[in-house]
Amino acid sequence: MSDTEASTANDAVITARDLTKHYGGISVVDAVNFDILKGEVFGLLGPNGAGKTTTILMMLGLTDISSGKISVLGHDPARAPLQVKRRVGYLPDSVGFYEHLTAAENLSYTAKLMGIPFAERARRIVAALARVRLLDVADKRVATFSRGMRQRLGLAEIIVKQAEIAVLDEPTSGLDPQATHEFLGLIRELKAEGVTVLLSSHLLDQVQRVCSRVALFQAGRIVLMGPVADLARQVLGAGFVVEVEADGPGLARRLATIPGVTDVETLAADRFRMTADRDVRPDAARSVVAANGSLRRLSVDEPSLEAIYARYFQTHKEPSGGARHAA
Amino acid sequence: MRREGSPFQGLGTVAVKELSDNLSSARVFVLELLIVLTALAALYGAIDNLRQNTAQDPFLLLRLFTVDRAPLPSFVAILGFLIPLMAIGLGFDSVNSEHNRRTLSRILAQPIYRDALLMGKFVAGLATLAISLAALWLMVIGLGLIFLGVPPGSEEIARSIAFLVIAIFYAGVWLSLAMLLSIVFRSPATAALVALGVWLFLTVLWPMLAPALAQVIAPLDPRYAALGLQTPETAVWAQTLGRLSPNNLFGEAMLAVLSPTTRSLGPVFLEQLRGAVMGAPLPFGESLMIAWPQTVALIAGTIVLFVAGYIVFQRQEVRA
Repeated sequence: MSDTEASTANDAVITARDLTKHYGGISVVDAVNFDILKGEVFGLLGPNGAGKTTTILMMLGLTDISSGKISVLGHDPARAPLQVKRRVGYLPDSVGFYEHLTAAENLSYTAKLMGIPFAERARRIVAALARVRLLDVADKRVATFSRGMRQRLGLAEIIVKQAEIAVLDEPTSGLDPQATHEFLGLIRELKAEGVTVLLSSHLLDQVQRVCSRVALFQAGRIVLMGPVADLARQVLGAGFVVEVEADGPGLARRLATIPGVTDVETLAADRFRMTADRDVRPDAARSVVAANGSLRRLSVDEPSLEAIYARYFQTHKEPSGGARHAA
Repeated sequence: MRREGSPFQGLGTVAVKELSDNLSSARVFVLELLIVLTALAALYGAIDNLRQNTAQDPFLLLRLFTVDRAPLPSFVAILGFLIPLMAIGLGFDSVNSEHNRRTLSRILAQPIYRDALLMGKFVAGLATLAISLAALWLMVIGLGLIFLGVPPGSEEIARSIAFLVIAIFYAGVWLSLAMLLSIVFRSPATAALVALGVWLFLTVLWPMLAPALAQVIAPLDPRYAALGLQTPETAVWAQTLGRLSPNNLFGEAMLAVLSPTTRSLGPVFLEQLRGAVMGAPLPFGESLMIAWPQTVALIAGTIVLFVAGYIVFQRQEVRA
């Protein structure tokens, strides 16, 4: 208990302690613990069905908590959902709008539900639509909107609310690269304004681009949590991953003998991935040449979330034995 | 565990939005058109009939509601049949369409309780029905004034207002049922089919089944049959079973309110009629007393079905 109070004191806006949700005896979320700090972009990652959306719904008081505790901005969402929902904006997975109403009418309806006074409403809606670049289609029916426009309209709703925490569930899934890029830009703008953003996704490189910290979900548990760089050290074991594309006899063995290399993985007959604690590219090039091989490519990877994720699920098979694949 | 905040927060906003959706929707327009046209045909028959048999009648206006002419049923009978259709048309997709359009979680993430959403939808639906029925009521009175040329008396107006109120609650029963089904079934088509099935069963099949069932429960007594009379137990059972259908309750209440000479809605014993002047109208208050149990049953049905839907909705998961 003293532990909980200590962490709420150092500006954690969301605190979960042993948060659990059962559906008919099956734990969908199983004793999850995390703290989300004010102003950070926190990513919830994991395969579909890992418990991300359920965790979010418990945060908003939209589904009952089976056991454990969660506190959002100092309120218990099960007891004081209105207090929580007044200050937290939520963009659901594949958000829907009333198709026969215009973008502005849709926002005006939710703005009324938020209790924003009449004089304030119109001003805030115009400002929000301008920010997400939908002002020129404000009076068009939502039925004509593309998926990317709908997602941006959903974000406009959070901006109208002036939410302190924005909860975005799979905001970029199904968007084309251009729309994704724009959307991630909007998330960064929110962060710059001091809004705490909670992002759930199974699209890893996007999360990596915006998140300050991530939590990796697997079968209802958080198996890894921290900044991406830390996770890379933890899971991949070292900071550098060098990929070599070359052929020549016994290359894998030769590469493994280079000092500092901890692991060589053979990806294909002529492709190798080396994990090392320093940049071993010059040594790798030398070994290939020494072996009379032809070197075609030599690259160093930034530690990517994709690699962490793949490696993690490779080494930790799911306890249930289900052949579920990451993302 | 107590929730903080009012469950009614946002109720007005939801109700106004739903009402405006209802009133501007093509579906409601078509349903209203159907009712108005059918009602006009029934009224035309009634007016024609009344003009040809102009007897001394203190309740000429009320006759407009109840008189029929050969192929067409009376105005009230048509309403008893069509009000459920309109109520079902308004309610069958009220909650499941929010699920399917994926608007539900977005709306419920606003600072309101689910109570406000459900109640707002119900209030808006009932208001739509009330507006339509009130317009229809005004139409009847207007046509009566034009074609019969007799200004209605205060008692006639009072009785016809009672008709309006009972009709609104009759619509409420069907609206609650349709909304309950829209909560239970995720597909609007299933909800609509089930609602229409219940409607057909209760309005068409049940009136035929009830007497048959009554004969099973209380077999006919050959002594009464020999005299050409109904067996009292069987008749009572048939009536009790028949009253399970809201259509029947509405019909009985209308009979009591709109035909002032109605003295009882059940089997009457001879001694109960002692001293009664046959064919003399009852005062409005007395007629209302006769219709009261039926009216209360309709109100109770509305509330019970709404509460059932409310409970199911509160326990339902938000995610699609």
